[in-house]
Amino acid sequence: MRAALSRLDTKGSPYLYIVPFFLLFGVFGLWPLLYTGYVSLNDWDLVDAGAHTWVGLANYSELLHDSYFWNALGNTLSIWVLSTVPQLLAALWIAHLLNHRLRARTSLRMGVLLPNITSIVAVTIVFTQMFGRDFGMINWLLGVVGVGPVDWQANTWSSHLAISLIVAWRWTGYNALIYLASMQAIPHDLYEAADLDGANQRQQFWRITVPQLRPTIMFTAVISTIGGLQIMAEPLLFAGTSTPTGGSDRQFQTAALFMYEQGFREFRFGYASAIAWTLCLVIAIFAIANFLLTRRIANEE
Amino acid sequence: MRFFRTVGVLAAATMLVTACGSGGDGEGGGGDVTLDVNLFGNFGYEQLYKEYEAAHPGIKIQEHTAAYNDHHRNLATHLATGSGAGDIEGVDTGFIAQMREAGKQFVDLGTERQAEYLPWKWQASLTKDGQQIGYGTDVGGLAICYRRDLFEKAGLPSDRDAVSASWAAGWEKYLEVGAKYTQKAPAGTAFFDGGGALYNAVIGQAAEGFYAPDNTVVVGTNPEVRKAWDLVVRAIQGNMSAKLVESSPEWNNGFAKGQFATIACPAWMMTKIKDQAKAFTGKWDVASVPGGGGNWGGSYLTVPKQGKHAEEAKKLAAWLTAPEQQARNFTSQGLLPSIPALYDKPEIANYKDPFFNNAPVGKLFTTAAKELKPQYQGPRTGDIQTTIRDGLIRVEQGKQNSEQSWTQTVSDVERLAK
Repeated sequence: MRAALSRLDTKGSPYLYIVPFFLLFGVFGLWPLLYTGYVSLNDWDLVDAGAHTWVGLANYSELLHDSYFWNALGNTLSIWVLSTVPQLLAALWIAHLLNHRLRARTSLRMGVLLPNITSIVAVTIVFTQMFGRDFGMINWLLGVVGVGPVDWQANTWSSHLAISLIVAWRWTGYNALIYLASMQAIPHDLYEAADLDGANQRQQFWRITVPQLRPTIMFTAVISTIGGLQIMAEPLLFAGTSTPTGGSDRQFQTAALFMYEQGFREFRFGYASAIAWTLCLVIAIFAIANFLLTRRIANEE
Repeated sequence: MRFFRTVGVLAAATMLVTACGSGGDGEGGGGDVTLDVNLFGNFGYEQLYKEYEAAHPGIKIQEHTAAYNDHHRNLATHLATGSGAGDIEGVDTGFIAQMREAGKQFVDLGTERQAEYLPWKWQASLTKDGQQIGYGTDVGGLAICYRRDLFEKAGLPSDRDAVSASWAAGWEKYLEVGAKYTQKAPAGTAFFDGGGALYNAVIGQAAEGFYAPDNTVVVGTNPEVRKAWDLVVRAIQGNMSAKLVESSPEWNNGFAKGQFATIACPAWMMTKIKDQAKAFTGKWDVASVPGGGGNWGGSYLTVPKQGKHAEEAKKLAAWLTAPEQQARNFTSQGLLPSIPALYDKPEIANYKDPFFNNAPVGKLFTTAAKELKPQYQGPRTGDIQTTIRDGLIRVEQGKQNSEQSWTQTVSDVERLAK
């Protein structure tokens, strides 16, 4: 009896320990996910107290032929690339600097995280003012060096650039701290050995630091992909009048913003759910692709 | 090390911004019943709340204000999900028809006050089966507010009667004045604020707007809609627009910086101008609107059924919109009453506003409201306005020509109303 109980203990207990997570995930993760999937197969009117009719895959086929969806997806990818690539490179560089002996090292390390804990609304409003057409600081600075004022909201490229900067500003410090933590775990003898062999700083950085950071770089790339493809608050607030179409010609409407527009302005809950699922799929594909890509790049190093 | 110093300064600035951003959302203690009043823009009720609270011990009023579009989207969402709405919710004319469609969700306010109101104001918030969902607060009326000093600098007559007369014959004349202004415009100024706002004023005068009375959208077929579009496009092409989007931070800034000389001016716009352009006291003036008559905006107070204190909320809404309070809100805030019996009272009819160079705003706005031919508003009027505004912005930004933008606008509206 005792033997049986003991066997049950060793076999069963581990499962018991991890049950809370799976319960919570089931309630707050899996269930909404599946429910959204169900909603996406219906024509579901949010205003009419959730009246719905089963339409099968009609929402998805409409989505694939919806030029506004493809526009939003294109904008999302463009903003994602423009924000993520410089962001991760800058984070790596900042982490490298912070890894040296510096005065007030702790406060500097805390400092880089500040943008991340700032209210996203406040940040976007401040940046939107800086990117103002008539009296914005950036246009003023451009004017000083003799470049004509840019209507940042009007053009596709300029609005993407501005929004990417807001995103990058918020997340660079966060990624830098993750890199820094990882850098400090690199055994110091590697650098000492390199010193003895006469390797300079730059060589040490590229030959030791970056390869040792490989798993971390992969992690940040995947996390940034997941976050970057869901950007919504920044383009919504950047428009200034909180119209969810992302500019006069939808030039900076992201996929998540398009989902918001369809769900909460058009009240087409089924269609919005179909967008949510499609976006989830797109993110998964890009995250995996990124994982494979960064692993390969890191290996070559 | 300069980089780090900059980071430090930025970080300090960020902390300030954060501190400002997370300020006060605490529930005020004290009363037994707290009524949440959710509004947009500026209803100017602060003083009235205090009086009501003093007269009704045990009632506490908490106002929450959001931006125009956010507010109405929040309300629609709260109605849809069955929770989260305030005890009293303000609704603008542009959205009242949408709320009317969801009439079941609101407390029926009965017919007792029908005789007080402008008939079209009363009708607009009445559901098909005769349920009243909102007490009218103000109506817009319509005039043109203009900057005397800029008109003088541009060599135009600045006296309000002369200005009114110069475009009395209609919007075509307004454009002619605009063309003259543009030729000698003081640097950094344009004739009007933005295409979307001008469009609202023009289409507001048409007998039929975006909807036929049977709730079908007629944006693509109603010649008036296209006529107003063409007129505004011509104004844009004549460089008369400051290209500012109504209600955006840039637009607010435009008042303070004096970027435009005229603005289509419903009565509630006067409050806006006073708030934003304090430095220009006495330089603004008010002339009558081209073509005479018109309305833009104006609001309602509704009582959603999901609120916890519907009975108390109904009383408060009735009190806030009662004739005495509406009359006071005109002289203190410039909000034009929706109760026509007040129009002939001396304190309104003879009211002159010192900020606007003592313009007889009482007479101007009540005349416009009396002359108004009411226009039927359908469920998506507010969003259609926004879509047309965006179409005009595309022309202003030079992204598209008028024809391309019009085609896209019509198809966007069709999609919206589907």
